[in-house]
Amino acid sequence: MDLRHIAADPSPVEREAVDAVLAEGEFDAPIGDRTAVGGRTASARRDLLLPAFHALNDAAGRISEGGLGYVCERLTVPPAEGYGVATFYDLFAVGDDAATVVRVCDDVGSDPDAVEELIAGLDGVTVERCSCLGHCDTGSAAIVHVPGSGPVEVPAATAERISAVIAGESPEESVASLGAIGDRVLLARAGSVDPSSIEDYQRGGGYRALAEAVTIGSGAVFDILSDAGLRGRGGAGFPTADKWKAVAGDESTVKYVVCNADESEPGTFKDRTILELDPFAVIEGMTLAGLVTGAGEGFIYVRGEYVTARRRIEHAVETARSAGYLGIDIMGTGLSFDIEVRRGAGAYVCGEETALFRSIEGFRGEPRAKPPFPTRVGLFGAPTVIGNVETLIGVVAALDGTGSGTKLFPISGAVRRPGLYEAPLGVTVAELITAAGGATGPVRTVLVGGAAGRFIDGSDLHVPLDDAPTEVPLGSGALVVFDESVDMDRVVRRIARFFRDESCGQCVPCRIGTVRQVEALDRHLSGADERVLLDDVSAVLRDASICGLGQLASEAVQSALDLGLVGTGGRNA
Amino acid sequence: MFGAGGGTSSYEEIETTDLILLWGTNARVAHPIFFHHVLKGIDNGAGVFAIDPRRSESAAWADHWLGIDVGTDIALSNAVGREIIAAGLVNEAFVDRVTTGFDEYRAAVEPCTLEWAESITGVPAASIRELAHAYATAETAQLCWTLGITEHHNGSDNVFSLINLSLLTGHIGRYGSGLVPIRGQNNVQGGGDMGALPNKLPGFQDVADDEARGAFERAWGTTIPPEPGWHISAMFEAMERRDLRALYVIGENPAQSEANATAVRAALTGLDHLVVQDLYLTATAELADVVLPAAAGWAETDGTFTSSERRVQRVRKAIEPPGEARDDMVILVDLARRFGHDWPDPVAEDVWDELRSLSPIHAGMSYQRLEEEGGLQWPCRTEDDPGDLFLHGRLWEDPLVGPRAPFVPVNYRPPLDELTREFPIRLTTGRHLDSYNTGVQTGQLDSPRRTGGTIDLSPEDAAAIPATAGESVRVTSRRGTLVAPVRIDDRLRVGLAFMPIHYPDEVDVNLLTNDEWDPKSGTAEFKAAAIRVERVES
Repeated sequence: MDLRHIAADPSPVEREAVDAVLAEGEFDAPIGDRTAVGGRTASARRDLLLPAFHALNDAAGRISEGGLGYVCERLTVPPAEGYGVATFYDLFAVGDDAATVVRVCDDVGSDPDAVEELIAGLDGVTVERCSCLGHCDTGSAAIVHVPGSGPVEVPAATAERISAVIAGESPEESVASLGAIGDRVLLARAGSVDPSSIEDYQRGGGYRALAEAVTIGSGAVFDILSDAGLRGRGGAGFPTADKWKAVAGDESTVKYVVCNADESEPGTFKDRTILELDPFAVIEGMTLAGLVTGAGEGFIYVRGEYVTARRRIEHAVETARSAGYLGIDIMGTGLSFDIEVRRGAGAYVCGEETALFRSIEGFRGEPRAKPPFPTRVGLFGAPTVIGNVETLIGVVAALDGTGSGTKLFPISGAVRRPGLYEAPLGVTVAELITAAGGATGPVRTVLVGGAAGRFIDGSDLHVPLDDAPTEVPLGSGALVVFDESVDMDRVVRRIARFFRDESCGQCVPCRIGTVRQVEALDRHLSGADERVLLDDVSAVLRDASICGLGQLASEAVQSALDLGLVGTGGRNA
Repeated sequence: MFGAGGGTSSYEEIETTDLILLWGTNARVAHPIFFHHVLKGIDNGAGVFAIDPRRSESAAWADHWLGIDVGTDIALSNAVGREIIAAGLVNEAFVDRVTTGFDEYRAAVEPCTLEWAESITGVPAASIRELAHAYATAETAQLCWTLGITEHHNGSDNVFSLINLSLLTGHIGRYGSGLVPIRGQNNVQGGGDMGALPNKLPGFQDVADDEARGAFERAWGTTIPPEPGWHISAMFEAMERRDLRALYVIGENPAQSEANATAVRAALTGLDHLVVQDLYLTATAELADVVLPAAAGWAETDGTFTSSERRVQRVRKAIEPPGEARDDMVILVDLARRFGHDWPDPVAEDVWDELRSLSPIHAGMSYQRLEEEGGLQWPCRTEDDPGDLFLHGRLWEDPLVGPRAPFVPVNYRPPLDELTREFPIRLTTGRHLDSYNTGVQTGQLDSPRRTGGTIDLSPEDAAAIPATAGESVRVTSRRGTLVAPVRIDDRLRVGLAFMPIHYPDEVDVNLLTNDEWDPKSGTAEFKAAAIRVERVES
């Protein structure tokens, strides 16, 4: 392509890595030296841009100029645009120097002393601090990037474990701590079946829901979902049946099902746990969605940092396909559905559904204004069912008769048994803390729903958590508990920095507002009274941002200010 | 065959057409402004076929590239025509109603099977079939070409073979369907409009047409010979015969732009008198007895340009020309006065109005309208004529107005400069994005993209010499020899070499090119030379 202004050539390793990814698409392939196809055939596969970048980044430890140019040439993407995409995502290192990098979580759920101790123990490698890695239940977490191989998650991280991973050893797997108040509906199988075995899944009740759906038909499925009151578990809480009906009623021939597994909300690790421990349930939920809405193709967009989860879901997709549960003529129904696993690349905003679509399509993950909603204009512009991991397994549970009305709560911070807990909706924060072994000290505050959620006061733990609009929005359901020992100034500053770092920069209120919030908060916490400015910035963020990231970027900060959690040196007098 | 020399379509049509054929054109680098319209068409969903020996920058945008052997276009186009006929995809209603000579055409292309064409062109039969079916079944299609079609010993036949395809399918005279010879400069079309052709008066009126010629004779008060003049190739032959002994060159650099430069320079040097009028002291000007410094047309003079879509637009003087440089028009009038003619001081609009009074297709284009309406497309015959978006719409009127359009059967003849053991490599010439013709205007400007004068070889041919990238090699044709650095281009296949034309001071490519010319157009066979490449022996 003539747009290539990059003189550098890819190394053989880079070329091979890219070719392996792009070999799947039949395009840009010279057929002999006399004819070639390309043009739209190549540019129509723009969605392979991120997979190709991942291949480069894994193989060479960074995306070099030559590698970038080569990918852009093959896919007919202008290099400037390719550069814009590559630099958008945190997990891509763009440049010519490859280095071993250890990224250590220092987010709201982490213990600052443990983080500093861990970092002090790491010699001879580049250390970066990063946002929540979704392992808040097992202590410190890190992710290791060694040139030549993909990222490796290190939960329950110690300096020794990280050094072992850098030396090439596999990390020890963390053991999830699971619990429940009442029946286990969503966690019925997690922890008790082999996540790599489809037979185990079937013995645990797997694929009963799909068989039921095939028997009773779409209309009855929608009725069951409607009666169960099932709502989306990604945070917005929209009734699932309504979404699915809208897509089923669309006459387009091309429709998609997308599983949003880009779980990045600080303090949240429920989707990761499901993907790791019960991956077939996610596949069954997507397949079901495909069959009843008439969508033939599905994508699972897994957060880039979730390496184990991605491996397991990829293995499960292959296994399900071999067993006839994906592909052509599923279970003798004559219906077809297949799933492709896509890897995120480190961008919180891609959890927003329209940003996620853009990311799969091969662009910067920038959200767009809604409407039109994904049910009409979704992935590749087609009607799309998009659902969170928890939502999809909730559908399976509702249809196979296991039950409904429960919710997953990732609990971390100052509790004795951090972990993933299932409880009926309406459960109180206090009940959940008790289920998690009780707090480690007097509870100062609880952050409900992650960074985009709100703080509630330690004296207010009786509030019920529900997915209907309530005083305390449920959000992701994450609870981070803080006792009196925690420096709340640090925590709230960290949240403000999080939004500043994760703003995609597309819309002005969010791009500027999240920066101003950090600055004003710093001054406020240093003694100046900036409450008026902080309130102004908050109003602008909430009212004028395109997507939920900006709209919710001041929630936690504002609630902390309202509750008087900050500005007193961080601790109660 | 259609008479007037101009593309039949408007730029906006290529933005909305269903299929774009880029045949013998690397418009992406040679016609970047035009290609912006192509890109819009691609964005709007047009399919693209590129027929080019190289997988050029333009071909990289295409859905299908057909890597034809240099100079075998008629074999390919006749096979496309035969396949359209054999597959029953002829637009029979159109052919029956408005064309002549279909039976002769069918007989002429009958031997041109897909397999035969593959053996001649090198393009797989399946790809040729695909091209034929795509063109015949497209609702609308634009067939675009440039010098890859015309700079051959049979360039006119090449054009006829493409016109035949448009008649076969009815891809002519409708919105979105047309024939588009892209012009290489902002005002090549305008030169033709003004009669800068050996056989035409302004407005494409034939010098042999007594009535038209009479009108000019009356207006100008002089007699005009009814015989066509010489085109440039014929002029050089006349110089060699010494039939032509004085030459007045305006805005051309033939010493570097014409094929077989050795012979060209000998002819120029042998003239009794050479006058060159140019912006710069070009290589041709250096040979001149008199050099007249001219003003730049696009900033220092008033007038009009005509674009490839036949759109006449105003150009306005913005600054005074430097030094002694003067408007071409002023120089010519002064010259006329020295010859004893009392011509008034020239005003661009007066000259234009004189053209309007003599050229019916320009008659409706007043300066006022050109300014108010953002230019006008000819034919524009009256003050209330909006001009035509596309030509030959008459072919779709029922009953047919005017003459039928004839098929002109043509046969494939290989390039004249044969490949032999002594000269085994086919050299074709072309352009770079950041340079312009012989580099007179662009060579003095820096460009980050400039790769300079090179001989581009396939990796295999370079290895066979052996030569590495950047190494200087000797390149020799039947007409001349030069030394050039190697550039290795993996878009080239074995036996195909490419050289840019822009850097004659460093690499004088026209020492190599073939000055055999097409008797119908006078254009030399720049695009197909036979060469050998060797190491430079020290």
